[in-house]
Amino acid sequence: MEKTIKDHSALAEEFIRDEERVNWHDGALWWIRQKRDMAAKNIPEWEALREAASQIKNNVLSNLHDYLLEFEANATKNGITVHWAADAQEHNAIVYSILKEKGLNQLVKSKSMLTEECHLNEYLIERGVDVINSDLGEYIQQLDNEPPSHIVLPCIHKRKEEIGDIFHEHLGTEKGVSDPTTLTRFARRHLRNVFVTRRAALTGVNFAVAETGEYVVCTNEGNADMGAHLSEVQISSMGIEKIIPKKKHLGVFLRLLARSATGQPITIYSSHFKKPRKGQEMHLVLVDFGRSRQLGRPDFRSSLKCIRCGACMNTCPVYRKSGGLSYHNTISGPIGAILAPNLDMRKHADLPFASTLCGSCSNVCPVKINIHEQLYQWRQVIVQEGYAANTKVLGIKAMAWTLSSPASYARIGRAGRWVLNNIPFAVNNKFNLWYKQREMPGGPKESFGEWYAKNGPKEDEKQE
Amino acid sequence: MNTKERILAAVLANQPPASPLPNIDSFKGTDQDLISTYSDVFTTIGGSVFVVKSLAEVEGLIQETFDCTRRIITTLPELRDVSDRIELYSAEVMPHSFEDIELAVLEAELAVAENGAVWLTEQRMGQRIIPYICQHLAVVVPAERIVPTLHEAYEKIGVGDYGFGAFIGGPSKTADIEQALVLGAHGPISMTVFILESEASSTTSYPGE
Repeated sequence: MEKTIKDHSALAEEFIRDEERVNWHDGALWWIRQKRDMAAKNIPEWEALREAASQIKNNVLSNLHDYLLEFEANATKNGITVHWAADAQEHNAIVYSILKEKGLNQLVKSKSMLTEECHLNEYLIERGVDVINSDLGEYIQQLDNEPPSHIVLPCIHKRKEEIGDIFHEHLGTEKGVSDPTTLTRFARRHLRNVFVTRRAALTGVNFAVAETGEYVVCTNEGNADMGAHLSEVQISSMGIEKIIPKKKHLGVFLRLLARSATGQPITIYSSHFKKPRKGQEMHLVLVDFGRSRQLGRPDFRSSLKCIRCGACMNTCPVYRKSGGLSYHNTISGPIGAILAPNLDMRKHADLPFASTLCGSCSNVCPVKINIHEQLYQWRQVIVQEGYAANTKVLGIKAMAWTLSSPASYARIGRAGRWVLNNIPFAVNNKFNLWYKQREMPGGPKESFGEWYAKNGPKEDEKQE
Repeated sequence: MNTKERILAAVLANQPPASPLPNIDSFKGTDQDLISTYSDVFTTIGGSVFVVKSLAEVEGLIQETFDCTRRIITTLPELRDVSDRIELYSAEVMPHSFEDIELAVLEAELAVAENGAVWLTEQRMGQRIIPYICQHLAVVVPAERIVPTLHEAYEKIGVGDYGFGAFIGGPSKTADIEQALVLGAHGPISMTVFILESEASSTTSYPGE
């Protein structure tokens, strides 16, 4: 298979070269998973809430057409201008046209994975619009010219010394300063000036309520609100799957979201935007970008239930040890690996294989998406469609042939044991992927089959 | 077909068979120990809680705790001795003019014991930007307005006559640099809640409630 970009295992290999960093990254994310567990255990009805959230989202998917129309009608009644975008290009063009009409060439943006997916920043910058990401983690990633590595914790893979260096290079802080409080305070002062001077702000959307036409944006930093409430033009971008039917359903989702994400009882800010402020314009862009296609895939549509908490990443042994950037997709980790193949199966053919299928992701998912089962199902689709790497296809074929014939299985087993015991250098070399970062074991003297033939019950002792 | 029609047609063609909404009315919390539960949770988040008997007591605590030589604003007329009262619904004023606020004192419509958040509509904020742009945020909430969970909160809020409303559950925070918790990311560095225990709650009326 031809690849113009490095795949997950090649990128992961770069990440794991620094063992100390991998162990730190692994531990930092596992600690967040543990905080999630503690928060969940404080809610006796936690499992019932997950089930309710899952059922509400199932209902949303089954009635999305009508909910979208209901939401649009109510939002319009509230004075919000609603736009529809089929893909990234159309989304970006809409945002640009809104700014252009107002003669604005500066935008402050709070966290929105959708606009990352659409590569909005690049699009606007090419057209002379200055975009600043205001979420601290995203701001750091933007300064460093890297995409976010985690949907909730965009720069979780960076050490504070690296962030200190980035601040020194781009913002002129003193060299060697890496104290998180000092750096955060510096960014606070710098970005306050940005908020106060920007006339246009863009936010993401966590939940959009069909019943009332309002939408909810959750942050801890307050950056979405600082941008929105100081702006003359507020734009919000949302995937069409973010709809929920009724306002009371927010009670279920807001109890689950932050606890699943970071173990907090609720994000510091849960802002309900319903109408523009006097003198302000509010625009909302409803974006499809592959979602209606995913809705038509029965095995994979439930991935659209995702509320972007990141719990599946924090718990995933592969994510924790390979880093979010190794997934070469805006949404990384297990959920990213089941969303991405829908967008571009060839480019993302490697991602469903970047998993041990341990199932931990499905166990922590607040909306009960069967993530690990979908990873397994995507592998089959990818092989059937001819997108799997040749080595994988050949390996699986050889394995199928070996296991389907007891005689060849026994023969190859004997050959393997002989190689391990007599010429180990034949497998202990760089051509054997299993040898990387591992020692090959010595071969057993005999197989279980051979041992059993010698030590098992003799023919005449066998019971009928 | 335009984009909207194309998206809707694809959604309609691809959406699965009807799946019913669950009944979520059984989710509710307990009415017991609301003040102590709220206080424990909010303190753990990094906020400060005072249980007070009167707004005069709030005034005294503000004078003790905050730098009253700097700009303090409130929507509560009873607190005029420590602060400028801003006009409710003062939509004529540029939001940027609040950039130098040291402390904003607002009254919450309700508070949620389970997560420490208070619910404020824009009427109670005076201006949407105020609880975000101030360096320190203080919120007065009458004790009887503490509800157990978000379910009771949304029941009380109903559809709500507001253009903007928010749950605010503590000082602005970030842990983006090596997971080290820093209070005061972009919004307030501290948040204080005064739980007003007694019948002497504020007489301020808010439009739309």
